[in-house]
Amino acid sequence: MPFSISLTVNGVSRNVELDDPRVTLLDLLRERLDLPGTKKGCDRGQCGACTVLVDGRRVNSCLALALSHNGAEITTIEGVARGDELHPVQAAFIAHDGFQCGFCTPGQIMSAIGLINEGQTGDDPERIREAMSGNLCRCAAYVGIVDAVIEAQKRLADAGRRDAA
Amino acid sequence: MKTFDYVRPATIAEAVAASAAPGAAYLASGTNLLDLMKVGATRPDRLIDITHIAGLDHIDWLADGGVRIGALVRNADLAHDPAFVRAYPAIGEALLSGASAQLRNAATVGGNLLQRTRCAYFGDPASACNKREPGSGCDALGGENRLHAVLGWSPSCIAVHPSDFCVPLVALDAVVEIEGRGGRREVPLEALYCLPGDSPQRETVLEPGDLIVALRLADPTAFARHARYLKLRERTSYAFAVVSAAAALAMEEGRIRQARLALGGVAAKPWRARAAEDILAGARPGETIFRRAAEAALADARPSGDNAYKIELARRIVVRTLTLAATGTPQRLPALPASPFSSVPGARHAA
Repeated sequence: MPFSISLTVNGVSRNVELDDPRVTLLDLLRERLDLPGTKKGCDRGQCGACTVLVDGRRVNSCLALALSHNGAEITTIEGVARGDELHPVQAAFIAHDGFQCGFCTPGQIMSAIGLINEGQTGDDPERIREAMSGNLCRCAAYVGIVDAVIEAQKRLADAGRRDAA
Repeated sequence: MKTFDYVRPATIAEAVAASAAPGAAYLASGTNLLDLMKVGATRPDRLIDITHIAGLDHIDWLADGGVRIGALVRNADLAHDPAFVRAYPAIGEALLSGASAQLRNAATVGGNLLQRTRCAYFGDPASACNKREPGSGCDALGGENRLHAVLGWSPSCIAVHPSDFCVPLVALDAVVEIEGRGGRREVPLEALYCLPGDSPQRETVLEPGDLIVALRLADPTAFARHARYLKLRERTSYAFAVVSAAAALAMEEGRIRQARLALGGVAAKPWRARAAEDILAGARPGETIFRRAAEAALADARPSGDNAYKIELARRIVVRTLTLAATGTPQRLPALPASPFSSVPGARHAA
């Protein structure tokens, strides 16, 4: 029996017929919706490479059943830039060498966006490291990642103040 | 992963009715269940997705000063609820010391209570495990068992309950509301869990069809100002506890009027230490009495393998947690929640 779900991915409404109930949100994005930017690392919730935003919150898409997400709003790495203009977190990762091989980077960036939305860390590096501990980087670009999060957070706050003014 | 039938009930009654099918399991966020299904350690025939049931994600303050937390409240939402964390700081600290930010955003309160052991042999269908396959034996005995139980274990199972959240919950007498085929009932969280004995496959007193719908806590006023949760792990963050402790003290004129103490990472259930609480009641806080309490808490402990070190480690984390609780709940949660290595102004850091 096929299962039908509707969800919004990067602002676009998608209706999907699933022939198999076992499909994870990660596999839905990569294999069925042609969005391979979200990476499959461990597929067990341990590495964070599959991090996406669900209704604005960062989660591991590998441990999320696609069928459970009927009606959800999903944001992936493909949906954060505005045309050719990078998201401030993407730009900060480049400026601070927040990656080497790049495999974990989509998950790191989505996690960093989620972290900034949560607003719990301020610019305390110890709190940022703790809040990013669900994203592993085998190249150990952690120092650059923390610097990138601090800078991006400041830029977004400044932009928010400009918008409010 | 074995395939399964998927149903998405809209009400609690529909969910309980759907559970009558053989091999049915409730699915909340799935952060633990899907993981176990992927490796074949759990093989449900039907998943009953309860995440679309309305009304299970509320935090309600009660007239008696306590709180009722819906089973679908996400761990992160509870941990970042300002009123909740002020009232139950050790629970907030425990929540934030567990898993990663991504998992806390997804994982639910009810799911946390029912998460399965992280014993590697349970998670590996090629290994013998009496919990997963009754009667097959226990490869953890004589295997890699540094992290296994030192209290309440049996020769049939030496696995530990992995939750951080449940440790202060048990210390604070949390009560679980359960909807089942016979209607609604309540069970103290401590009594929800079974010790392994000869039937480690029976982990809780839940009957087929039972659905946890909420968790309740009593008025927190007496304990909120002297409450901590501490957890030792093999790395700084994003790891299960080797041992942990939750302590809450009701202080009166420099004395401990009443103490609450529970340990994590030591047994198949969060371990309430009542003998230690009795020793502390009426005493002035201090290292000698805390050490006596720790000795009492671990009096029945014995190693189940290469884990004798956990017994002394548990005594020390009890002393440290009681010391920090007596000092007072920090104004702001430490940067590394529950870490004995995190800096908190005014706290004593040398063990």
